[in-house]
Amino acid sequence: MNFRHRSLRSNLVVLVAVLLGAISALTHAQDTNITVSSTTSTEQSGLFAFLLPQFQRATGITVKVVALGTGQALDVGRRGDADVVFVHDQPAEEKFVAEGAGVQRVAVMYNDFVLIGPADDPAKATGKDIAAGLKAVYAGKARFVSRGDNSGTHAAELRFWKQAGLEPASEKPSWYRDTGSGMGAALNTAAAMNAYLLADRGTWLAFKNRQNLRIIVEGDSELFNQYGVILVNPKKHPHVKAHAGKKFIDWLVSAEGQAAIASYKIGGEQLFFSNARK
Amino acid sequence: MSVFADALVAAGQLLLTADASLGDITLLSLRVSATATLIAALLGLPLGAWVALTGSRLRLPTLVVLNASMGLPPVVVGLVVYLLLSRSGVMGPLGWLFTPAGMVMAQTILITPIIAALARQTIDDAHLSLRDWFNSLGLSATQRVATLLFEARFSLAVVLLAGFGRAIAEVGAVMIVGGNISGSTRVMTTTIALETSKGDLPLALALGALLVALVLIINGAAQWLKSWLEQQRG
Repeated sequence: MNFRHRSLRSNLVVLVAVLLGAISALTHAQDTNITVSSTTSTEQSGLFAFLLPQFQRATGITVKVVALGTGQALDVGRRGDADVVFVHDQPAEEKFVAEGAGVQRVAVMYNDFVLIGPADDPAKATGKDIAAGLKAVYAGKARFVSRGDNSGTHAAELRFWKQAGLEPASEKPSWYRDTGSGMGAALNTAAAMNAYLLADRGTWLAFKNRQNLRIIVEGDSELFNQYGVILVNPKKHPHVKAHAGKKFIDWLVSAEGQAAIASYKIGGEQLFFSNARK
Repeated sequence: MSVFADALVAAGQLLLTADASLGDITLLSLRVSATATLIAALLGLPLGAWVALTGSRLRLPTLVVLNASMGLPPVVVGLVVYLLLSRSGVMGPLGWLFTPAGMVMAQTILITPIIAALARQTIDDAHLSLRDWFNSLGLSATQRVATLLFEARFSLAVVLLAGFGRAIAEVGAVMIVGGNISGSTRVMTTTIALETSKGDLPLALALGALLVALVLIINGAAQWLKSWLEQQRG
């Protein structure tokens, strides 16, 4: 009996080995494609769907985009699972380069954050000053949805609260809802709760389930949202497609790439403003 | 409730325009989940049969672990497979992260316990009625397994459908391991999650309806095949 079972088991081992071999044969990597870990804002606003075909025509390189929050996107790069990271949280990006995970941070483009809120603005936060707007939300104990996911927008939100001299994230009042979700999910939550939240303009413009929400604060220079692109360090991760990744970065900051970024519009409104500095 | 009406319209439009990317996404969903079901069947059916027939001391612990693993959270499986397949993980050199192969691996891990546990129960039941006959014939263990798998094939087909249903319906594991990359690892469930976060709820719901319809068609086809085979046998 024992002998028979052993033969069954060894058959199983052979089977697994054969299957693993077959799958890996199906999926060998090509050098003409790179993986970019980026943020939900660039993907969900439709920017990549607009840009990448143009880049492919120019260079023949296909770009696979994994869209995550900035914190997670940088972590994917840190583990060596992407060739290029394209995110928007300058302090976190500089740390990424300083610790040797990335080669060099290159500024590509910017857009801006907007404070979104209920159309009737119960907290009377409407204006052009983000600190004043947040103070009004705080004073009015109006419902506020936070991303709470260590994303670039979440980092910006915490920074703006701090500049307003307030810290609801650590006080945890009941009106401050830490949702731990992506931009789109947080917008859906805010729409359902009729709450305030901070969003990037691109995702807001592309977002369809707005219900009763509108822009409450915009145009403050503090709301500036810079995007940067970094090649993952090939010295740390030898499999990184440094050559093709560099080509992608070079194209983004080239006159052609910068013009392409600036020409992307939704409903006649420009979403991203190219500002690569050589 | 106009979102439901909108969804119906959107679903109709998706089908009528025979959206090319939707076709790719649907095919990838089918390919990944069918491959995972196939591998899980090749692993899970023998495993289930072994647990059903063995007199080993490991039988009871294995049985408990298998039954409990039917409730493996997809997001946990996804996370573990992500860490394994990551370039910094032990299976990093395979380069499977953010590829369909990685998604197949995650779904296989997710549904192998389901197939093994349900197959174990099915084979146990079949064995109960056939044990005396087996003993009188003096069959070897391998012969017993083969006979039982064949005799219980219709019930086991339902077991495979359960595994397939779980695989094609889950989003937590494929989202993390596949990365929801457009044109590469985007499947139906991750598309639904994406459209929901874009706030396009009617489109998301329409895709959901198509997914449910797809699973219905597959189950219908399996039922039809079973009836047909039974008729052939007379």
